Amino acid sequence: MSSLRSGPDATGLFGAFGGQYVAETLMPLIHDLAAEYEKAKTDPEFARELAYFQRDYVGRPSPLYFAERLTEHCGGAKIYLKREELNHTGAHKINNCIGQILLARRMGKRRIIAETGAGMHGVATATVAARFGLDCVIYMGTTDIDRQQANVFRMRLLGAKVIPVTAGTGTLKDAMNEALRDWVTNVDSTFYLIGTVAGPHPYPAMVRDFQAVIGKETREQLAEKEGRLPDSLVACIGGGSNAMGLFHPFLDDASVKIVGVEAAGHGIDSGKHAASLNGGVPGVLHGNRTFLLQDADGQIIDAHSISAGLDYPGIGPEHAWLHDIGRVEYTSITDDEALAAFHQCCRLEGIIPALESSHALAEAFKRAPTLPRDHLMVINLSGRGDKDMQTVMHHYDEQEEHI
Amino acid sequence: MSRLQTRFAELKQQDRAALVTFVTAGDPDYATSLAILKGLPKAGADVIELGMPFTDPMADGPAIQLANLRALAGKQDLAKTLRMVRDFRQDDTTTPLVLMGYFNPIHKYGVPRFIEDARAAGVDGLIVVDLPPEHNADLCDPAQAAGIDFIRLTTPTTDDKRLPKVLNGSSGFVYYVSVAGVTGAGSATLEHVEQAVARLRRHTDLPVAIGFGIRTPEHAATIARLADGVVVGSALIDRIAQASTPAQAVQDVLDLCSALAEGIRTARR
Repeated sequence: MSSLRSGPDATGLFGAFGGQYVAETLMPLIHDLAAEYEKAKTDPEFARELAYFQRDYVGRPSPLYFAERLTEHCGGAKIYLKREELNHTGAHKINNCIGQILLARRMGKRRIIAETGAGMHGVATATVAARFGLDCVIYMGTTDIDRQQANVFRMRLLGAKVIPVTAGTGTLKDAMNEALRDWVTNVDSTFYLIGTVAGPHPYPAMVRDFQAVIGKETREQLAEKEGRLPDSLVACIGGGSNAMGLFHPFLDDASVKIVGVEAAGHGIDSGKHAASLNGGVPGVLHGNRTFLLQDADGQIIDAHSISAGLDYPGIGPEHAWLHDIGRVEYTSITDDEALAAFHQCCRLEGIIPALESSHALAEAFKRAPTLPRDHLMVINLSGRGDKDMQTVMHHYDEQEEHI
Repeated sequence: MSRLQTRFAELKQQDRAALVTFVTAGDPDYATSLAILKGLPKAGADVIELGMPFTDPMADGPAIQLANLRALAGKQDLAKTLRMVRDFRQDDTTTPLVLMGYFNPIHKYGVPRFIEDARAAGVDGLIVVDLPPEHNADLCDPAQAAGIDFIRLTTPTTDDKRLPKVLNGSSGFVYYVSVAGVTGAGSATLEHVEQAVARLRRHTDLPVAIGFGIRTPEHAATIARLADGVVVGSALIDRIAQASTPAQAVQDVLDLCSALAEGIRTARR
């Protein structure tokens, strides 16, 4: 049997998804980046450096925690949480940022740009840029700036310049457009540090590889604790980097059920959601062919989710492919369901999860009660919820007014 | 000969460069946009680029981004853009018309259906910003097989090693993006343009048009001495944005077009 872990092909395709759909100005850079990454992958010095920073700076390995009270509460599957929220900067994002910044340094780039939605990728990028003394510019939509002010302040503290993007609805896709415009203008000096498993090849594969440390550790840690593979994995998906990081090392293990959770916002039928696979169709945006939220004319529709980190109308191309071939099941969770799970996790485990990760928790809480007690389920707790206090408080204020 | 070949051959005989104008279809509304389109040849446009609106024009600066939003607010879609070409062709069968934009609306419309409808409407060429030669199979190959030219963008970052790959399969003309940046941004030095044109001529016999950052008749004239075509877009679109009435928009765009054409016509004298 051929491996499901060998993609993409030389042209950056996972089945019919992925590719390099960018303006000619960027093509030579993308080829350079791909070549540099190929070299780095086999360079022991790069591996050594990456391992050093993952351990001593990020704080890896992150624990695999048996969530005893959530397990009791659900009354079924044995639930483990992969504690990515304990990483430096509070989410999985830094795994990728450390990898890419080391690559940027090898390529002699002095200026780092990035897009951010919830601000977690922006904070992680600003963090590594500060650590390596590089200039840093973060593009962030104005809607996201309003709902994530603490993260904006963190980025500024770290020395990054945060540029508000007013175009469109002022969310992640608009920030990504603006970052691409910056890149095309500053090709010589600038490294574009993409935060998710999307964009032109080699980004989807490269970001996945840097995030795959999540799944590799999970595999080892569970083998140590339980002596076997997990029975199911659950992770939330915006662009899909935390999910791909957890899933990828298990793709060839047919016994492992894999579940990706999209943001259903107010519900898929409402049209106000961010579920590209469950509510979109294939198209081309931001350098790759993938599932997109779009209208009958191919115009991109703005995504909606209570969680800024999932608020993107596309999804990484490898997820599109895994959906297409049926290896991964992609479901969706509404804003309200995610909030309920957020509360349960706070009260039962004393862990405040990110609203993004709360989508994965909500899906797991639906499934766990129906599963036997010897079923081992791993949920990726991709980020912590400190950044979401304002959003959660605001949500309840609105509800009270409504009542 | 295609309309593009015929036009560039005529101009070569006249020893002058082509004025290539860009406007976005449906900006600010269908009727005004069609009036502009119909007026451009008489105002001196030799080749017309018509933008297909898209929500996420990643390679465009603020002027064209706003033009896209205005057109979309007026419910312009790809079917209407093709209708606009058909309307234009009712009175003009000689001016080459090239559709320019991003791939997703074409992808959604369906590539075979798009090629058929574009050809029937009288489209001569396509410029699709996010389809590099790595993706020729997606649209370039079938479009050319159907007799529609596929015009490539080359840029300051397209080095000698890559140029043959980019030019191979390019037809109609070659569009040199003279600055690494978005549309409407700063302009290249004359020396840079001179060297770039010389480099392109070593690799291709196709006409070379220069674009990005050309805003005035004087600037157009300077470029017209070096290249086979001068592309002006954002400066025309700014006139639409600044006009207080649709009639004013038509007038202002055509006035600027005439001035640019005059600059180009006197450039090599």
